[in-house]
Amino acid sequence: MKILLIFMLMLSNVSYGSDLNAIKLLSTTSTRDSGLLEYLLPFFQSKYNIQVQVIALGTGQALQAAKSCNGDILLTHALELENKFILDGYGISRDDLMYNDFVIIGPDNDPADIQSLKNASDVFRKISTSSNLFISRGDGSGTNISENNIWALIKINPIDFSGQWYLEAGQGMGSTINIAIGKNAYTYTDRATWLNFKNKANHSILFEGDPIMFNQYGLVRLDPDRCVNANNRNIDLFYGWIISKEAQFLIGEYMLNGTKLFIPNYHKYDD
Amino acid sequence: MDFQIALMTSIENILNLESDYIQIIFTSLEVSFTAILISFIVSIPISSILATKEFYGKSLLIVLVNTLMALPPVVVGLLLYIVFSSQGILGSYDLLYTVNAMIIAQTILITPILISLSQVTLTRYYHKYNDLLLSMHASYTKRVFTLVWEAKYALTINLLVGFGRALSEVGAIIIVGGNIAHLTRTMTTGIVLETSRGDLANAISLGITLITIALFVNIILHSLKVYGEKNLV
Repeated sequence: MKILLIFMLMLSNVSYGSDLNAIKLLSTTSTRDSGLLEYLLPFFQSKYNIQVQVIALGTGQALQAAKSCNGDILLTHALELENKFILDGYGISRDDLMYNDFVIIGPDNDPADIQSLKNASDVFRKISTSSNLFISRGDGSGTNISENNIWALIKINPIDFSGQWYLEAGQGMGSTINIAIGKNAYTYTDRATWLNFKNKANHSILFEGDPIMFNQYGLVRLDPDRCVNANNRNIDLFYGWIISKEAQFLIGEYMLNGTKLFIPNYHKYDD
Repeated sequence: MDFQIALMTSIENILNLESDYIQIIFTSLEVSFTAILISFIVSIPISSILATKEFYGKSLLIVLVNTLMALPPVVVGLLLYIVFSSQGILGSYDLLYTVNAMIIAQTILITPILISLSQVTLTRYYHKYNDLLLSMHASYTKRVFTLVWEAKYALTINLLVGFGRALSEVGAIIIVGGNIAHLTRTMTTGIVLETSRGDLANAISLGITLITIALFVNIILHSLKVYGEKNLV
């Protein structure tokens, strides 16, 4: 799958500049997997007749692609990496767009007994001292970074236990959930991917709601002076639209299996 | 620009030879070696029979084996995933996301290749030596053993072809192995991960190592071929 995406990226590079009525949105796989873009983008496309081509990659890979101007707009969820991206001179601005949250899933019978705990730190500490497996994305993605923030908070370096109770999948969220189910283990996932996941077997959400597990999405505008081939008129239109009242409302209304997933929070909401 | 830095860093990575890195290479070799060994043991008797016996449906069987050579790795991965997952037929053996699962996947992928290649090789030797062996009144078993022994160089080359294929495979083993760090991560699945992370330096290091090992395998293959041909004349 990833290989296919890289291939698509290479192709998109070749056809660069030829497609006047399109822009390329570099997003993370979890954004695509949530179904939000499929729901949201047609509204923009029908209004402006500009096609938005979504290139879904891991966060690291998306930033890398953006550095090489293999895309027009970044939609990721890793604040520190996004800020660094701008500091390094590749982007000119970053705005909050919306957030959703992460949840901890595990076997229904909850062998590590985390359900009754009050915050994410306690949950992670409990898992680390229990005899149960924990599956990590281990791929440097936004989800992985959020998970690592919690480990850092309780001063545990899980890498020391890699291959023991802590397993790094090094793959996308879906594959990681598959491994968690196959190994009867716990894992840290974004809510959208979990709700969309088809083969839940005997797993369910066991912990949610700690603010540290909120997942902020950021919109990064690439530096137009660096990416000279980009069609800036289209990019401006898209940028203006997605932060507009209309798009923010649509984001807030998006439902997956009867649950609202995203809370829009662009700060100039009142314009 | 960035790629030059990535390339330099990747070479540094290889020279550092960290224990994590060695473990990845070791897992790759462990899986490929074991799979090729099993495939070899399974394929020799089958290809011997295909080469030396005439029976009803033989052509069909050969066509079938040749078709299996083109088995898409991801499909093999998917089928094994279904069989090994906890609700699957072999779910109780806890094979999913283990090195053993990867070995089974590789074995299924390489065995048809080895059978097909060895069958061609042994047929050639059969036509060359059978009359001679018959005139010596050798028994069937004795004749087959002699053929296999005489064909040993050519068969070893087939073995290395299969090994190269196993070493470079990624589609099946990432599904049944899960690419878990320190357990089931191999060079190929590692490259998939590092690329998705945007860590091109690490991806390139693994790529260079993989190609280097493939190069050595091919050097061995070539020398064996030269050596074997010299001895035949």
